[in-house]
Amino acid sequence: MKVLVPVKRVIDYNVKVRVKADGSGVDLANVKMSMNPFDEIAVEEAIRLKEAGKAEEIVAVSVGVKQAQETLRTALAMGADRAILVVAADDVHTDIEPLAVAKILAKVVEAEQPGLVLCGKQAIDNDMNATGQMLSALLGWSQGTFASELSVDGDHATVTREVDGGLQTIKVKMPAIITVDLRLNEPRYASLPNIMKAKKKPLDEKTAADYGVDVAPRLEIVKTAEPAARAAGI
Amino acid sequence: MAVLLLAEVTDGHLSMDATAKAVTAAAKLGDVTVLCAGARAADAAKEAATIAGVKKVLCAEDAGLGHRLAEATADLIVGLAGDYEHIVAPATTDAKNVMPRVAALLDVMVISDASGVVDANTFERPIYAGNAIQTVKSKDGKKVVTFRTSTFDAAATGNSAPVETIAGASSELSSWVEDKVAASDRPELTSAGIVVSGGRGVGSEENFALIEKLADKLGAAVGASRAAVDSGFAPNDWQVGQTGKVVAPNLYVAVGISGAIQHLAGMKDSKIIVAINKDEEAPIFQVADFGLVADLFTAVPELVEKL
Ligand SMILES: Cc1cc2nc3c(=O)[nH]c(=O)nc-3n(C[C@H](O)[C@H](O)[C@H](O)COP(=O)(O)OP(=O)(O)OC[C@H]3O[C@@H](n4cnc5c(N)ncnc54)[C@H](O)[C@@H]3O)c2cc1C
Ligand SMILES: Cc1cc2nc3c(=O)[nH]c(=O)nc-3n(C[C@H](O)[C@H](O)[C@H](O)COP(=O)(O)OP(=O)(O)OC[C@H]3O[C@@H](n4cnc5c(N)ncnc54)[C@H](O)[C@@H]3O)c2cc1C
Repeated sequence: MKVLVPVKRVIDYNVKVRVKADGSGVDLANVKMSMNPFDEIAVEEAIRLKEAGKAEEIVAVSVGVKQAQETLRTALAMGADRAILVVAADDVHTDIEPLAVAKILAKVVEAEQPGLVLCGKQAIDNDMNATGQMLSALLGWSQGTFASELSVDGDHATVTREVDGGLQTIKVKMPAIITVDLRLNEPRYASLPNIMKAKKKPLDEKTAADYGVDVAPRLEIVKTAEPAARAAGI
Repeated sequence: MAVLLLAEVTDGHLSMDATAKAVTAAAKLGDVTVLCAGARAADAAKEAATIAGVKKVLCAEDAGLGHRLAEATADLIVGLAGDYEHIVAPATTDAKNVMPRVAALLDVMVISDASGVVDANTFERPIYAGNAIQTVKSKDGKKVVTFRTSTFDAAATGNSAPVETIAGASSELSSWVEDKVAASDRPELTSAGIVVSGGRGVGSEENFALIEKLADKLGAAVGASRAAVDSGFAPNDWQVGQTGKVVAPNLYVAVGISGAIQHLAGMKDSKIIVAINKDEEAPIFQVADFGLVADLFTAVPELVEKL
């Protein structure tokens, strides 16, 4: 089985976010960027499936600016076998909406024919929590969201999901889209030798146009503002 | 303009608080039709009909809709979508599972966790763990939106809207296995007036009893930081924060919690914040209205005794 893992380049979770004075967005120039933490968990899970003999190949995909190459190299250093970068924007401040990302990922799935897609449950920049569910809808596949436990057994997978009341376990038909939650695993760090090896792993570059997907946003950003300040604490 | 609102129904039971708060938000958009779907939904539908501002309730009962599996529920909603310009829900984990699927099937974007309604096309939503509020205007013909319940007041009751039974839906793609839901007499976390949360500082699952004792004295719900949940001190559904639950009670008591931005994202709209932490430099004190620099193992028992 081939596993596809979409990974997003986002502002590092330790960085204090600053809203631009003109209200046009968040300042992303010269700030530390990293792989979305949930996507690290997804990559880790894919590697564990491979180590358990349940997956043969792990393909990491990122949709965004050229710099997302770095994010893909991180996935390769962790243990992904190859990577696909879909360049869909040239300004680091342009983010691609989940619907467009899902449409591109659907085309990648068509070309790569994975048996499983492991996504993060949400990206920590826009907090939409949408891409995996949208991809699953576009493909007509089953979905298992917010997974804290996953076991893949032939034609189905059993997924334990973190939901409002506690935990829910469901069985989904393969192929499936699984979105991962924090408690699924603890991602490994890439070792130095693996970081060196990752530089030689294949990284294909495509564009949104190659897949014929229109990435024009459906949501116009009217403004971005600082949240209302709390009345002074102590 | 017509709005279809997916009610929060769990095992045949309506979550009145989440649903009534979403009705308040939805009523700003147009006439609200509430959809109650599930293996059992008739009682929930009857209850939803009492929410002020609801014009009609649709009740879909089908074994295939049990446990709110995303595939069947999304198919049901898409089948109804033609009559509505807005399709909305409270931003619960159930709705976050279903609504993006609905949006993609309709070829529109989803607007997740909206905290404000500017007009029928324009919504405010927090991004970057609540460190920025973005106003987005949808160009889509249909708007699929989930509402952050902590920012809307619940609509009143006393209404008696008509209830109409409609056909159900089912899907072969997934099936339910089991739920692990901890039964509790405490108030529900997202609707409680008081929340007491414990963090890594609490140290162990056994010590968490201290937090629960304080909560019970105050008639409060219990919350936790991610670190406390990851360490196994508290169950996952107690997690408050960017990636857990968002709460805005009248009183939030944070015990042994440092105040990372991801935690603040889930509680900083609380009316009064009290923090107990032995480190006076802890960032939680920057948002706290009342801070106690103390060891929680002496401060909390003392508090419990005095209350
Ligand atoms: C600086 C900035 C500028 C913006 N500009 C615009 C704009 O001009 N117009 C506009 O309409 N909107 C804009 N947005 C908003 C943005 O398009 C969406 O709100 C955003 O994409 C929401 O999705 P998410 O990243 O939260 O995805 P989620 O659905 O939360 O992501 C979940 C998972 O999907 C996968 N995934 C998501 N994105 C990718 C990706 N790119 N590549 C690979 N995998 C991925 C990952 O596995 C991820 O964990 C902007 C946002 C920012 C921060
Ligand atoms: C992608 C992502 C998502 C996240 N989502 C969330 C989320 O939704 N919710 C969330 O909470 N976190 C979330 N986090 C984690 C967050 O960054 C912090 O790591 C976490 O909130 C820390 O929890 P804490 O305050 O309990 O632990 P710590 O930061 O370790 O703080 C413990 C505190 O307890 C105090 N303490 C210790 N002993 C005592 C004592 N005896 N008496 C009094 N005080 C004591 C210490 O002084 C310290 O301030 C997320 C992180 C990431 C990367």
